[in-house]
Amino acid sequence: MFAVLHLFLPVDSVIYGRLPCIPASVARLVGKSGPNWQHCSVSSTSFPVSSLRMDTLLRRVEEAEDGVDSLQVAGSLGLDHQAVVGAVKSLIALGEVISADLRSSKHWELTEEGKEIAEQGSHEARVFGSIPDEGLAQSELMKLSFGKVGFSKAMSNKWIKVDKTHEGGARVFRAVVDQVREKLLQVQGGAEKLEEKEKSELKKRKLLSEVTVKSYWISKGSSFSTSITKQETELTTEMIASGSWKEKTFKPYNFEALGVAPDSGHLHPLLKVRTQFRQIFLEMGFSEMPTNNFVESSFWNFDSLFQPQQHPARDQHDTFFISDPAQAKGFPEEYLERVRKVHSEGGYGSQGYKYDWKIEEAQKNLLRTHTTAVSARMLYKLAQQEEFKPVKYFSIDRVFRNETLDATHLAEFHQIEGVVADRGLTLGDLMGILHQFFNKLGPYHTRSHTPCCPSKYQFLNLSIGLKKWVELGNSGVFRPEMLLPMGLPEDVTVIAWGLSLERPTMIKYGINNIRELVGHKVNLQMVYDSPICRLDS
Amino acid sequence: MPTVSVKRDLLFQALGKTYTDEEFDELCFEFGLELDEITTEREQISREQGDCKASGASEVVLYKIDVPANRYDLLCLEGIARGLQVFKDKCAPRYRRVSPASGEPQRLLVTSETAAVRPHAVAAVLRDITFTQERYDSFIELQEKLHQNVCRKRTLVAIGTHDLDTVCGPFTYTAKLPADIHFRPLNQTQEFTAVELMSLYKTDSHLRHYLHIIEDKPAYPVIYDSNGVVLSMPPIINGDHSKISLKTKNVFVECTATDLTKAKIVLDMMVTMFSEYCAEPFTYTTTTLTQPVSSPPLQSESTERIAGLLTKMCLRSQPTGAGDQIQVEIPPTRSDVIHACDIMEDAAMAYGFNNIPRTTPGTYTVANQYPLNKLTELLRQDLAAAGFTEALNFALCSQEDITDKLRKKLFETRAAHIANPKTAEFQVARTTLLPGLLKTIAANRKMPLPLKLFEISDVVLKDETKDVGARNSRRLCAVFYHRSPGFEVIHGLLDRAMQLLEVAPARGTGYHIQAADDSTFFPGRCAEVFVCGVSVGRLGVLHPDVIQRFELTMPCSALEMDLEPFL
Repeated sequence: MFAVLHLFLPVDSVIYGRLPCIPASVARLVGKSGPNWQHCSVSSTSFPVSSLRMDTLLRRVEEAEDGVDSLQVAGSLGLDHQAVVGAVKSLIALGEVISADLRSSKHWELTEEGKEIAEQGSHEARVFGSIPDEGLAQSELMKLSFGKVGFSKAMSNKWIKVDKTHEGGARVFRAVVDQVREKLLQVQGGAEKLEEKEKSELKKRKLLSEVTVKSYWISKGSSFSTSITKQETELTTEMIASGSWKEKTFKPYNFEALGVAPDSGHLHPLLKVRTQFRQIFLEMGFSEMPTNNFVESSFWNFDSLFQPQQHPARDQHDTFFISDPAQAKGFPEEYLERVRKVHSEGGYGSQGYKYDWKIEEAQKNLLRTHTTAVSARMLYKLAQQEEFKPVKYFSIDRVFRNETLDATHLAEFHQIEGVVADRGLTLGDLMGILHQFFNKLGPYHTRSHTPCCPSKYQFLNLSIGLKKWVELGNSGVFRPEMLLPMGLPEDVTVIAWGLSLERPTMIKYGINNIRELVGHKVNLQMVYDSPICRLDS
Repeated sequence: MPTVSVKRDLLFQALGKTYTDEEFDELCFEFGLELDEITTEREQISREQGDCKASGASEVVLYKIDVPANRYDLLCLEGIARGLQVFKDKCAPRYRRVSPASGEPQRLLVTSETAAVRPHAVAAVLRDITFTQERYDSFIELQEKLHQNVCRKRTLVAIGTHDLDTVCGPFTYTAKLPADIHFRPLNQTQEFTAVELMSLYKTDSHLRHYLHIIEDKPAYPVIYDSNGVVLSMPPIINGDHSKISLKTKNVFVECTATDLTKAKIVLDMMVTMFSEYCAEPFTYTTTTLTQPVSSPPLQSESTERIAGLLTKMCLRSQPTGAGDQIQVEIPPTRSDVIHACDIMEDAAMAYGFNNIPRTTPGTYTVANQYPLNKLTELLRQDLAAAGFTEALNFALCSQEDITDKLRKKLFETRAAHIANPKTAEFQVARTTLLPGLLKTIAANRKMPLPLKLFEISDVVLKDETKDVGARNSRRLCAVFYHRSPGFEVIHGLLDRAMQLLEVAPARGTGYHIQAADDSTFFPGRCAEVFVCGVSVGRLGVLHPDVIQRFELTMPCSALEMDLEPFL
């Protein structure tokens, strides 16, 4: 208990009221019989303090009208004040049994030298006192322990006088009475009648010192009782079985502290967002496309989408080509021929790109640059059915770009894609579906943008919470030069849109550097800490 | 998307109106452009090269505008200003080919020798043009932009511009042995042969990128005037003799090409853009194309309204009177228009996409999940519930990651190789998920132990039976990294995964594991996982060399298996 107390109150900063030395027998009598837990730390402290039973203190409090002072209790029990303070602290820890207010008072106290003087008189007074009425030979006086100091002080005080002409040597005689001793005796008697000036003079002479005493004013607490029990820390099986919990009091919990983190696994935040986007598509009746084919031919990735063979996107600087296996084979021959024709000669109402379309370019294998390559395969498959049936498709999977890497661009990312094919779809339908899709991500605004890639229109979307328009993705209507060679009926329109999964995830989770999110440099703490993903909140 | 940088004040001067940045951003957007950045030359230099280099640089405000990739007519200030003005209801210019006052047009003879190297050439003349410093700069800048975009870094088309008054037609485009071509190239003081030039430009930071186009051809293309003066050696460099200056009045523009369609587009752009500065504006040399259009995209709108919208987009239009047909005139600047749908798109853009009423199509469909993805989604949740944390690693990695670091030989991997990786990180598509997880641990060594990670994702393996010669394979991989190997932990995860997949522990009819040899694992600490007698993966304690090669220090156990057999 005390060891703990000292952490808060360094011994030298506060002196608990000092009391006359207590007989060892009394200390043993009061202390040794106290409960052990209360003293466990006392034994290790450097100064021996007698202990006090808490119930003794409580009885004192009960007897008192409106409380007692710890100093008084200590004084009346003949104990060191520290012992009372210990008991007070223990009782405070039990809750509302007592209330204790720390108070402090000041009084003056003699120093050791002061006490000697108070008891035996000042040096000058002793000189004074040792001189009988008939006087004393000066040589005799100097032999006394206090002689020298006392003599000069007494002389300057003009308490004594020296008759140098006396026969038998100089002889000292009394001249006045001792005032200092009388003043000190007054202080020790407890009466503080001395004037400030006199006190400060005595203090200056180090005969008096001013002492601050701290004590407690102890009164009954809200749940005052003279019999107390130890507080339990936790409820136990035994207590429940025996019902003993009913009689026990429990130590209060510290609700400010955090709990212990559960030993758990975690899902990756980007994939949590992927799950939500899948959910949105499924809610809207879209079926998932099989996108588990990273290696794709240029034919399906570009040519089938009416992307000309000299298009910058087909450059070595933008696309990862595959050296092994370098070439694809087994294209649907009639379709391939229709694609060649629409590129080089036109058709289906188009002038075409008028260049020499090469099968070698179409055969080149690459890592797909968009999941639209899969959409093209799916639409071709759809066109081969005997009767056209409307479809809604989606996919969320990896795509690859041989781009320069920076804080927001990686060589691979996840593309979210939605495709709707039906007869007579309009731009208004595209805007309507986009509106429904983005509304599921929360409130948004869009503004439309110009065409960029030859097969699509492009849109910009604003994610709310950002000051700037942020391009989230693009959307559009597939060109007739792409759909008609596949064999789809002329009145079938296909609308599509795409966006990256990373961008909304970074916005959602406030991540600035994409490497902290994707790849092995991921910050696992971020993964551990990331909340569940509700896109619309 | 190319970015065009224009001086704000010059642009406003050309537009005849001043806008605030916000107003201009909105205008760009309506027109289909994106105002990407507002900056100054000083800011740009200071950002790229530091503040000290930037002192003294221009403080003129620059607008950086993103232009759609196929709109070559918006690659210079002249084109952007013209487009915006027409959009703001100013009449679109009609470009005309005219004959020179002297009567006879210039002629460019193309010889058969060019067929082997660069077979096509087209040319035109801009007469009585007036350059200022800004116009001249823009002229040069447009050539550069065209070279980078539609010309595919000069491989498809190369542009040469010359002061017609310094040379004398007719001109000859031919191809000659490199040693036989000699002339003084642009900004040089002496003559060089083509051979010398090729070695001279090896170190030129700009030109060295184009040398490969003709370098190993037996003959190089060259254009001469009737006096044998070299105009240019396309696609590398022009001659110094005919270079244009601020004082040039008549500009001879030639485009040599491997793609004639593109050459015509490029020539059209050069002359339509700068014919504005001719004494008789918008005159030069080529034909216009007209095309009838039917089925307007906005069926509720009148043909008159749509014709008006198209005219705003520089496509002069008028209803033909026959049904809802509209006659649309496509100017030479709009090479991107190749189908009626391109015209509809412009009409929709002028109408404003955001003004189109939103409708919901009645397409009725029932949603289906892709079974492999459904299995993946469900299994991920339960592996996380089993105390493992999900990682997400790249599908590309270095060859070393899947071979040396795992103590494997390249031929064992069946990896698909990337032809053009910019760095070693992208040499191959991963054939195993293990390296990614080990690298994730290495990057997170400060995290409290143990680290328990998993990933369910695709690897790529060569497969002759597929049209592209490769296929994805869905894998489950998990690792346990701690002061002791924890084989029992990884084994426990396998048992749990099998429980989730409803496969009972039984030899033959369920799953079992048996000792196996695998160089990635510590000898005697590797087992193969069998399901109904078929091997689906391996688990074990990693070989110490593997641990160290991934910059790890503690024992690690791992499991990797195929998920597709469980479908």
